[in-house]
Order: sequence, then structure tokens, then C-alpha cells
Amino acid sequence: MSLKNSLLTATALAAVTAGGAFAETTVTIATVNNGDMIRMQGLTDEFTAANPDIKLEWVTLEENVLRQRVTQDIAAKGGQFDVMTIGTYEVPIWGSQGWLVSLNDMPEEWDADDLLPAIRGGLTVDGELYAAPFYGESSMVMYRTDLMEKAGLEMPAAPTWDFIKQAAAAMTDKDNEIYGICLRGKAGWGENMAFLTAMSNSFGARWFDENWQPELNGEEWTATVNYYMDLMNNYGPPGASTNGFNENLSLFQQGKCGMWIDATVAASFVTNPNDSTVADKVGFALAPDNGLGKRGNWLWAWSLAIPAGSDATDAAKKFVAWATSKDYTALVASKEGWANVPPGTRTSLYENPEYQSAAPFAEMTLGSINAADPTNPSVKPVPYTGVQFVAIPEFAGIATQVGQEISAALAGQQSVAEALEKAQALAADEMEAAGY
Amino acid sequence: MATQHSRSAARLMMAPAVVLLLGWMLVPLIMTLYFSFKKYLPLRGGDLGWVGFDNYVRFVTSSAFWPSVLATLAIVGGVLVITVVFGVLLAILLNQPMWGQGIVRILVIAPFFVMPTVSALVWKNMFMDPVNGLFAHLWKFFGAQPVEWLSQASLQSIVMIVSWQWLPFATLILLTAIQSLDSEQLEAAEMDGASPLKRFAYITLPHLSRAITVVVLIQTIFLLAIFAEIFVTTQGSFGTRTLTYLIYQRVLESQNVGLGSAGGVYAIILANIVAIFLMRIVGKNLDA
Amino acid sequence: MARAVTQQRKIINTVLAWGVGLLIFFPILWTILTSFKTEAQAISDPPVFLFFDWTLENYAVVQERSDYMRYLWNSVIIAGGSTVLGIIVAVPAAWSMAFVPSTRTKDILLWMLSTKMLPAVGVLYPIYLIFIKLGLLDSRTGLVIVLMLMNLPIIVWMLYTYFREIPGEILEAARMDGATLKEEILYVLTPMAVPGIASTLLLNFILAWNEAFWTLNLTAAKAAPLTAFIASYSSPEGLFYAKLSAASTMAIAPILILGWFSQKQLVSGLTFGAVK
Repeated sequence: MSLKNSLLTATALAAVTAGGAFAETTVTIATVNNGDMIRMQGLTDEFTAANPDIKLEWVTLEENVLRQRVTQDIAAKGGQFDVMTIGTYEVPIWGSQGWLVSLNDMPEEWDADDLLPAIRGGLTVDGELYAAPFYGESSMVMYRTDLMEKAGLEMPAAPTWDFIKQAAAAMTDKDNEIYGICLRGKAGWGENMAFLTAMSNSFGARWFDENWQPELNGEEWTATVNYYMDLMNNYGPPGASTNGFNENLSLFQQGKCGMWIDATVAASFVTNPNDSTVADKVGFALAPDNGLGKRGNWLWAWSLAIPAGSDATDAAKKFVAWATSKDYTALVASKEGWANVPPGTRTSLYENPEYQSAAPFAEMTLGSINAADPTNPSVKPVPYTGVQFVAIPEFAGIATQVGQEISAALAGQQSVAEALEKAQALAADEMEAAGY
Repeated sequence: MATQHSRSAARLMMAPAVVLLLGWMLVPLIMTLYFSFKKYLPLRGGDLGWVGFDNYVRFVTSSAFWPSVLATLAIVGGVLVITVVFGVLLAILLNQPMWGQGIVRILVIAPFFVMPTVSALVWKNMFMDPVNGLFAHLWKFFGAQPVEWLSQASLQSIVMIVSWQWLPFATLILLTAIQSLDSEQLEAAEMDGASPLKRFAYITLPHLSRAITVVVLIQTIFLLAIFAEIFVTTQGSFGTRTLTYLIYQRVLESQNVGLGSAGGVYAIILANIVAIFLMRIVGKNLDA
Repeated sequence: MARAVTQQRKIINTVLAWGVGLLIFFPILWTILTSFKTEAQAISDPPVFLFFDWTLENYAVVQERSDYMRYLWNSVIIAGGSTVLGIIVAVPAAWSMAFVPSTRTKDILLWMLSTKMLPAVGVLYPIYLIFIKLGLLDSRTGLVIVLMLMNLPIIVWMLYTYFREIPGEILEAARMDGATLKEEILYVLTPMAVPGIASTLLLNFILAWNEAFWTLNLTAAKAAPLTAFIASYSSPEGLFYAKLSAASTMAIAPILILGWFSQKQLVSGLTFGAVK
């Protein structure tokens, strides 16, 4: 292997010195500035050493900017990127437009059958896999075992919302800055609305009925948002209306939250003793339900996709195969330890005993991912797919505005009823504009 | 003095700038107008045909429209008032004899060099964060409940951030103007027993009126377009959605180019109303 | 007695002015200080001001992740190129407005300013399409052109106000001596307008450097300037105040230093004709 590598390197060097007869392909990768992607960028040398004819250019951007850039570029067919980091929301929409390169012809050893079925399903349109999952996540309850014990309660593996409320009330100790529950409040379709949409599924709510009429001011949504407000206002931290994933992560790590319902990837952060003051006192449970047969957990996978207009499709495929392979996982494990490998994409990872012992949250993560059903997210029938989103192009715009209304209600600037009335009106308006 | 020859030469020399700007204005403007009459949804296949004034009607009847116009005016107005008032005071202060004037001037103009994105990030995270921000620590130190700046006082917070960035500009222009003030005139007034307040009102302020006009005009042009400060801090929630931000949401978040373009046309109209208004009120001060 | 009063006043002025100056400067100072802290110290409660273990670690991490010099160089080229190009286009225009004014001069000037009011977001899509057609996406050339056009009105206006202050007699005299129009501009006008041109250069360099909409939306990897650099450090997973501060300091330091060294030129010319 190493001989082969050095031979390759030598050939490449010879080619370069011979005057570039050996053409170098540049692959431009747009990615988000999350920890796992930064690590991938840091491991670039490993890839280029094995593929000296490929040069990688990174465009690492903050999530909102990234989404705006790649959407603009693919919609206008700008051709700026050869690999785009996108999520389970974009893949079905872009895939059905024919804007992405199918990955059905990935090499045998990449082993598409090893991908978790829920994740693979979310990235497949009409039998074509349009993106390779880099890491996958669901959401679950993370709680403080010590506070739970102090409150004299025991967290079931699959709690109900009523239990969560009871536990939040018992754990809250505002004088000591301990808040029973921390949830997302910051406005955005991927922020508070991801949480609320997932939560609403367990309350039997849906975004649209079978005729694409929004149901935001309906009974179920009202019940969802009222329950959420009740939890947040009574047992939540101050300033919750601007708290996103980051803010809650920091609160939890500082020991200020009793429970936190959020992305499963957070589990490795809150149990990391370098960053977290409560690393050894964290327990996990499935996202709550309301006895209606659906749980309030979502499903997301940051994935690598190749836009159809790319002029370096083959090289891009090579890179995507490398970054989402089992070998990459092993590479990260050898350098940073098993707890830091990108989770939630492959069955083999969850069968790996080394990973199981390094990651106490592995089982709950897998259970949460498997519990999500993007094709059948809510109790009632829906015309769309997606658990915490609706896979139509208009959703991001609508949900962000709805999220702003709910966030304003959480900040005490309007009532829940007002917020939902406005949300209903703007959703109906945008859907009409889109021609539903 | 100007001969026929130099007149035509003058036209010729003006041509590049005028042609370029005309192109820069007309090409996007015409394309915006074109899109604004279309149903144009890039994520649904692009051009879906002509729709007349639908986009215009839809944009203006949306519940977000008037609040966004008000938010725009509130931010522009708030920043203008703060920068002009404090700019005048600072200019007067910096014009007094003191030690280390040069260094103080450097300190005061520094915020003007900071990228809007950076200043918004710094203010949001390191000052206005309700848990880890410096303001929160300060409030707690005095036994007060920390303010949730970006949700409870969102508009004020943004006005504050933007004012911080533009105060140096106003101060500099006003300072240069004040330095050109005839000090003998002030001394004579002082001899005559005019109080400092009277001297300010009857001599300094009238002298500054041209400079204030310039500050207001230039800042308005830039303030109508502020975007990064809102994008980084509140993303348009809590009543901080300006017209510019609303257009951004339509074009990029909802990917509705037609609707956003109609919004763009409204924004141009609003900008021109503001401009005409400004010219009427302060234009006579400006002999350009 | 009178001396004592002035002395006292000078002390009060000094204290007051320094107080205000430091207050205004404080956010920048705090950012720079935080960039030398560890992440834990950056969010410690109570905050630490000066007495912490100074570290360069954040800078090392930022540099390792992003090639700072490349972004810096792009920023320099884009801001510098657009400013110089703008001045080349604007000087003749400003000259003719100042020395051969017509009844429409004022209208033309105000019209030029009004082109700046076109909201950038509204025209992103059209401009993007044009850029694709012309192959200008992610090229420094494209950004130089766009930023030049954006700032051209301000440049024309600033130059116009300086040129107006140059007495017409000098030009008459030069013309009498047989100077051509070109010579007149190059050898008579330009030297006299150097302070004005210098401050126009500086102001527009700053404006172009800090422009964050077009520079972010029209670039990918090759032409990305410091505004894109900063966009890769804002709001990652977790709170990284120290790294954010280091990246912020790196993004603003060059322009801050330039501004401080040239503030005399900038100040002396920054009047927009507001001073009679």
C-alpha cells in the first residue's frame, strides 16, 4: 500500500516536472463550518496523497451563508462547486429537478447497502441515490442523571411529554441557575421550527393537509405551541427566544440545563470532559411522545452531493467516496479516537464494539434514527415527505417566517394565538404564490 | 470662459463615468422590472410566464410589508439622529485643546474600519449575549437582571451597532467643518457676553449645517442598504425585518425571484422618496 | 488666572475626550484581547481583562484551517483594483463637472448618487446570471468591476468637490501657456488635487474592503476575500469566542493599521465639500 502510494506520488511529481502533461483536476467543495467537516478538511492531505492528480479547494462557510450560496448557485446553474454539502431537505428537491449527479454507480467497496435505511431513504429519489451521507442525526432527550436522582424521578427509555413536564418542574431551581429544560427558541426553519415540527408530529399536527392547505392555526398546532410555551416560560432559561443549538449546548455544558432535547450529535459534545462540566452525569432517552404513535424526533443527514453541471464529476465522486467511506471513519478513529468519528450513517459503525464502548450514546442514537419515518411523519396522512421539514422548495422561506412569529411569542411580544394566525396567513399566502 | 471646444471635451470626459453608471443602473433595473412581471421560481423550473402586476400586489399586501418599511425608517432615522447629535458633540470636544488629541482621534475613528459582519458578530456574541456577554456580566455585577438585547430591545440594539460604525464618519466630517470655523468670531461673541449655548446655537450650528447635510445624505444612502448587521444578529426576527431584508427573504429564502424583484422596485421607489424628501429639506444647503 | 482656567479646562477636556475615545474603541480592544485567551477564559465569569495566560494558539488554529494570506491578497487586489479603476474613470468626469459646469451638473451628480440606492439583494439574481454569461463568477476581475461601479458615485462626488476648490485662474494661465487638456489635467490639476485624491482613494479602499454582500455572493474559492474568510468562523457548533476574535482581528487588522497610518490624509480630505 505504502509502496503503491509512493509510486503514485513519484509518478505525479515526474508528470508535474515534465510540464503538466498530467493534468490536475480541481475539485471545489462547499461545506459547513461544523466540527466534523473541519476535521475532514484537516485530513485533506491523506486524500491528495492517494490522488495526486486531484486538487481540493475548500469553501467553508457558516450554515446560513452556505445554504444561500449553494442554493443560488445550483438554481442559476452557476457551476461554482463540484461538491456541495447539503441536507436531507435539499436532496429530494434538487434530485427530482435533475440537478444532482446520481451516486448509484459508486464503487463496490463503498458499500451502499451498509448505509442506515432511514438515512439512505431520505437521500434517494425514484431509486437514485443523489447524495452520500457524511453524518446523520436524529434528536433525543439528554438529561442530567444527578438532577434526576435528586428530584426522585427515573427517566424511562421512552418518556412522554407529560413526564418531561413533570421532570422539568422538579429539576428547576432558578436561584441556582438550573433550568429544567432547554429547547431551541431562535427563529429559523432549521432552528426552532425543526424542533417544533418534530414535536408537532407527536401531537398529531401536520403542516399541510392532503390538499396542501396549511393547518398552522389548527387545534394540534395550537396544542403543540402552547405546550412548548408552557415548558419554556416556566422551566426554561432566560433569553430562550435567541437560543439555538450553540447556546443550548453551552448552557448544558455549564450545568445549567436539567434536560435538553436536541440533535443526537450533541451527545459526544456533552460527554466530552474537556468541554463539559457535566460529562459524567448525562443520560439519554428517546424523544418524547404523546401516546399517538409518533415521537418528536427528527432525521437529518449532512451529505455530500455533486451538482449536475460539475466539470470534475469523476474526481468529485472519488472524493465523496473517500469522505463517506468506512476507511475514512477508521482514519478519524485512529487519529482522534472512536468517539469523534462522524456518526449516524452506517450500520457497520454501530456494530463495531470499539465504537460501542467509546460512545455510550451509540445505541440511543441508532434507536432515534430508526424511529424516524420521513415518508410518514405524522399521525394523519400528509402529501409531503420529511420529518422536521416539508420537502418542497417553499418550505425554508415559510418556516423561517413562522419561526420568527413563534420566537416573538416566546419573547412575550405576542400571544400564541396571534403568532399562529399570522403564521397561517403567511403560509397560505406563500403557498398560493407558489401555485398550490 | 468655457468655449464650445472645451464644452464638447467636457462631455467626452464625463462620458465613461456616465455610461458606466447608466449601464450599472439600467441593466439590473430592466432585468429587475422584467422579472417583477414574471412568475419566476428557480427551484420550480425558473420562468413560469407573465403574471402582470400580481407580484406587486402580493408584495405590498403581505402583512410583512408595512412593518418592514417602518423598521427601515426607524433604523435609518435612529442612526441618523444618534450619529449627528453625538457627532456634533464629539467634534466640539475633539476641537478643544487637550493632550494626546491625535491618539484620541484614532480611537474614535477606529470603528469605521471594521467590517459590518465583524462588528455585528462581536456585538452579538461578546457584548449582547444574555449569558456570556459583557453587558450581562455588567448588569449582574450591579445586581440587575441581564437584558436580552436582541429579542427585547432588538431594534434599539441594531441602531446601536450601526451607530457605532457610522459615528466616526459623522464625527470626522463635522470635525473638519468645525476646524474651519473662524475662532475670532467666537471670541468676539464671547467678549460680547454671549453664553456658550448661545454661541453654539447662533454661530457653530449654522456653520455646521452644510456638513450635517452631507453626513445625512451619505449615511442615508448606506443605511437604506444595511444587511449584514441584521443577517448576523436577528435574521429579521423581533421586528427588525427591513425592506432590504424582506427582499432577501423573498429572493433567497423563498427563492421567489419575481416577488423579490417587485420588492426591489418598491425599495427603489422608497429610496427615491427619501431622497426627494432629503433634497427638499436639506438640498438647498448643498450647492452641488 | 486666565492661564489657570485654561489649564483646568484642558485637563477636563483631556479626561473627557480620552474617556469617550476609549469607550468607543473598547469593542475592538476587547476583541483583540479575547483573541489571545483560551476558549475557557474567553467566556469565564467574571470576565478577565488583562491578567490571563496570553496565547497565540487561536491564531495558529485559524491559520491552519484557512490560508489567511490568500484571502488577504484577494482583498487587497479587489479593494485596490476597484478604487484605482474608479479614480481613473472618475477624474475626467469630476474635472468636467467642476470646470465646465452646465445647468445639469447638479442633476447628474444627484442621479449618480441615486444609483447607489438600488438594493443589492434585489438585483442579485440578474447580476448572477450576467456573471455566469460573462464567465466572471469567482474572479477578481468581476468583483473589481462591481465594486468600482458601486463606489463610482462617491468617488466622482468627492473629486468634484476638491476640484471645485482649485481656482480657475490657474487653469486659465496654464492654457495661455499652451497646455493641452491632457497636460492641464496631468501636470496642473492632479498635483493640486493630490490630498483630495489621496483621501478619496483611502475612503473607497475602506468601503470596498468592507463590502460583504457582493464579495460573498459572487465568489467561491479562487477570488474569496476576507469577508468570506470571516463567514467560515461565525456561528460554528459550540461557542468559540476566542477563535472568532482571532479571525476577526485578522480580518480587520490590515485596514485598521492602514487607516491609522493614513488618518491625516483621510481626515484632511474627507469633507465632501462641506467646508467653505
